[in-house]
Amino acid sequence: MPKVKGRVTFQENLCKGCGLCVSVCPMKIISLNKEKINEKGYHPATVKEMNKCIGCSNCATMCPDVVITVERLTE
Amino acid sequence: MAVVFEKTRGLTDVQTHYCPGCTHGIVHRLVAESLEELGVLDDTIGVAPVGCSVLAYKYFNCDMHEAAHGRAPAVATGIKRVHPDKFVFTYQGDGDLASIGTAEIVHAAHRGEKISTIFINNAIYGMTGGQMAPTTLVGQKATTAPYGRDEAHAGRPIRMAEMLATIHGAKFVERVAVNTPANVRKAKKAIKRCFETQINGEGFGIVEVLSTCPTNWGYTPEEALKWLEENMIPYYPLGNFRTPEEVE
Repeated sequence: MPKVKGRVTFQENLCKGCGLCVSVCPMKIISLNKEKINEKGYHPATVKEMNKCIGCSNCATMCPDVVITVERLTE
Repeated sequence: MAVVFEKTRGLTDVQTHYCPGCTHGIVHRLVAESLEELGVLDDTIGVAPVGCSVLAYKYFNCDMHEAAHGRAPAVATGIKRVHPDKFVFTYQGDGDLASIGTAEIVHAAHRGEKISTIFINNAIYGMTGGQMAPTTLVGQKATTAPYGRDEAHAGRPIRMAEMLATIHGAKFVERVAVNTPANVRKAKKAIKRCFETQINGEGFGIVEVLSTCPTNWGYTPEEALKWLEENMIPYYPLGNFRTPEEVE
């Protein structure tokens, strides 16, 4: 098991499903959740394999709606 | 776990009306974060333009004022002269600043008003439905240029940053883009430096931000970033054109 280095959380109901976070993730772990439609009517961004996240903040840097919070392991 | 990125206090909780993938949201965040980090958020008065960002006054968590189309620098001039202790910025698009408001921005810079301007250049009129702007690239299609901008008919797009950099009163002029995470980080540095120019009393500053309009360009948000990189950056080169040190 790879050590968890980062964790991202999405405010799913504010996501507009633009996919900019998907396009800039270096680990390619973000996808638009096609099984879900949020309050605004979009497929929200989601991460399935959070253990691969490196906490680089690229997704949050590009998110136009500031729906992403990024945490990183302190040690 | 330590939080390394969260929403800034400089933005309100109101959801923006921008289209999915519109980079206005990114620039709003950069401006709000800069205000917060420089410690001027509670002493800031912003001036919103006419255009897609006409509702910007709902999104920034500081005092805001709405201006008539293109007149934000004139309104900001008045506010700054009455309240010299406040931080005053305008947030304007290319239809607002580079077309109907060209006189206001040129003369605000010329007078050396101690205000800061964030200029969003997305090469099109967004709110009104994708008409040709002064910044629309040659060959780029718009609803009023269905075969693409014709240079013989409409001339070449205007380069505002280069033009304003020739004016002595403009102390900080830089062009940035928000098409990649690296460029977004550079854009934030430029915005902070621009704001410091006002805080230090050095004078007028402007940051031109190359931005996307996926809806009116007719691309997906991701394709729009690529289009910006391949078409806009070659014509609108990134970089600093003026710093307060150079002017002296």
